[in-house]
Amino acid sequence: MKIKKGIPLIDQHDKNGFYGGKFGGNYIAETLKKPIDDLTKLFEKCRKDKNFIKERDNLYENYVGKPTRLIKLQNLTDHLGGAQIYAKMVSDANGGAHKIYNAITHAMLCKKAKKKYMCTDTGAGYNGKMFSMVAKKFGLGCKVFMGTRDIERQKPNCDAIRKNGAEIIPVTSGSKTLVDAVSECIRYWVSNCDKAHMGIGSLVGPNIFVKICGFSTAQISRELKIQLEEEFGEIPNKLKLINCVGGGSSAYGFWSEFFDYDKKHIELIGVEAGGPKNSKLHAAPLSKNSKIAILHGAAAYCVQDSDGQINETESCSSGLDYPSCSPIHCFLKDVGRARYTFATDEEAFAAYKLVTELEEISPSLEPAHAFAEAIKIAPKLDESNIVVVDSCGDSIKDMDIIKKRLGSYSR
Amino acid sequence: MKSEINLAFEKCKKENRPALLTYTVAGDNTKKKSLEILKSISEYADILELGFAHNAPTADGPQIQNSSYRALKNGIKLKDVFQIVKNYKKSKNAKPCILMGYYQMVYRYGEKKFVKKCKQSGVNGLIIVDLPFPDNKEFSKLCKKNSITFVQLLSPTTSKERMRKIIASSHDMVYYISMLSITGGKLKVSPKKILENYSKIKRISKSKNAVIGFGITNKTIAAFKKADGLVVGSALCKGISDSIKKRQNPVIKLNRMVKELKSKII
Repeated sequence: MKIKKGIPLIDQHDKNGFYGGKFGGNYIAETLKKPIDDLTKLFEKCRKDKNFIKERDNLYENYVGKPTRLIKLQNLTDHLGGAQIYAKMVSDANGGAHKIYNAITHAMLCKKAKKKYMCTDTGAGYNGKMFSMVAKKFGLGCKVFMGTRDIERQKPNCDAIRKNGAEIIPVTSGSKTLVDAVSECIRYWVSNCDKAHMGIGSLVGPNIFVKICGFSTAQISRELKIQLEEEFGEIPNKLKLINCVGGGSSAYGFWSEFFDYDKKHIELIGVEAGGPKNSKLHAAPLSKNSKIAILHGAAAYCVQDSDGQINETESCSSGLDYPSCSPIHCFLKDVGRARYTFATDEEAFAAYKLVTELEEISPSLEPAHAFAEAIKIAPKLDESNIVVVDSCGDSIKDMDIIKKRLGSYSR
Repeated sequence: MKSEINLAFEKCKKENRPALLTYTVAGDNTKKKSLEILKSISEYADILELGFAHNAPTADGPQIQNSSYRALKNGIKLKDVFQIVKNYKKSKNAKPCILMGYYQMVYRYGEKKFVKKCKQSGVNGLIIVDLPFPDNKEFSKLCKKNSITFVQLLSPTTSKERMRKIIASSHDMVYYISMLSITGGKLKVSPKKILENYSKIKRISKSKNAVIGFGITNKTIAAFKKADGLVVGSALCKGISDSIKKRQNPVIKLNRMVKELKSKII
């Protein structure tokens, strides 16, 4: 098992859609075989089509706003007294998170497929929000599947989704979170695959959805590479790129230009949700060495019991509260290209507090997990080390949770 | 030697009627009751499908989901599922039994171990919802080696060319999904249209036992009499839910329901 240089990682699967021979695949009902084949053909055609790419780049520039900023967190750097800490402010993107990139590609594909509406899942609400935004822009209908537990805790994004004219379909089965929302969205697609286009909100699902998502979020690291060269004159030779990992869509996008570098040169660190300190539940299948399970059409490390039932997860951050992870991250873990760790709820809140006190930024609880790791390692490193954290979401959606937990919330 | 599944179809053909296949979930609503249900409905059903519950089902509607969650809440494990089949197959009127579920459960248990355990327990066939052709080739072979019928699924989205390949590699039975739907959906296509699609399968292989499932209830079943076999699942799962709600015995309720279904196809 090895990464091939010079080929996008999303394309390094075998003919059955497996990365490293065992992660990913297409575990789907017969009914979805054809819609998925059709979507695969369409996507492969479009990504080679210059006009398609031109239209996409135009949207990234004028609609998403590119590039999102790379800023130095001088106060945090001084406070910790070690490595220089930077943040890639992906939350600058229109809508407030990286989910916009994937949503745009899906809306463009939906149009090309001549379908009138899209269905998607959401946990933190950002994916739902972005799909609702682009649906509105493209004149498409949009159905967003969301667990009722997440509807309660991510109200600002739900309001935005409804305001954009999309429909939220509450999911009450199972743990009422992202895992159930994805299942319900797939079930909906099984019944409506002739009319609806499905977009999965992260780097998970049957192979084609992993590819579309990675193809889209890769914009983040294309920008970052240029910005690093501008800031330092070259790619710094002790660079650490820290990203939170739930499904792993932003992490893939943040890292995709850098897989070919030696890990001693550019270290990739993924931070999963460790859940509350005193809880046995977590959403960290990679860093807590879960076994492989087949979930939502793909084989990947996943928290499960000995009989194969998917375990409940717990995290303060809806966007990371998912029992499985992307096949690509499983592959990166097994080949040793990325290192995965976790931050507890408590560490994420503490990181949020410190970062917002010292800096003029306000990351959501998902990237707060990544900041927690930066805060842990920066003091141990000297200033020749550059740490870049992907601040992939804005905290406004977590207003209620933060207020409850820390007593107040201000921007 | 002919398989039990084949013999069941032959018997029905002689009686000039489709085979009646039922689907219930192992452990719904308890391990004991689900075994009693199997024994009781064997009076009228020809082949029994038994679901092994998984908590992230991507192709099941609310009725089967309810049954699955009920079974899981009552602590059903795979070892119990096998035990239920084993006990059922010892009963005097035992019919062929097909286990149905998601690949994750098989994968976690280990393919070889799973199939071996099926054989030991007397399982006659397997339906794995999310292991489509051609990815199922190896597993299907493994089943065949152990005299277990691997049931291939076909749907309205399956192209003719693909259908041909799937049927060529199929065993004693194929399963036609009547419409674009999860289980338990309302029949949104006319029986005439469904039978038209179904006849494509029969044109490819006249002798292949092909059953129709999804959207079949006591209201719609009579319209499909021409098929080799018909599967009723969600309606029965709902029957169990209803009888629990009314504090009635689901065994009696299901026996009545299956009796009525049978009466409509003879």
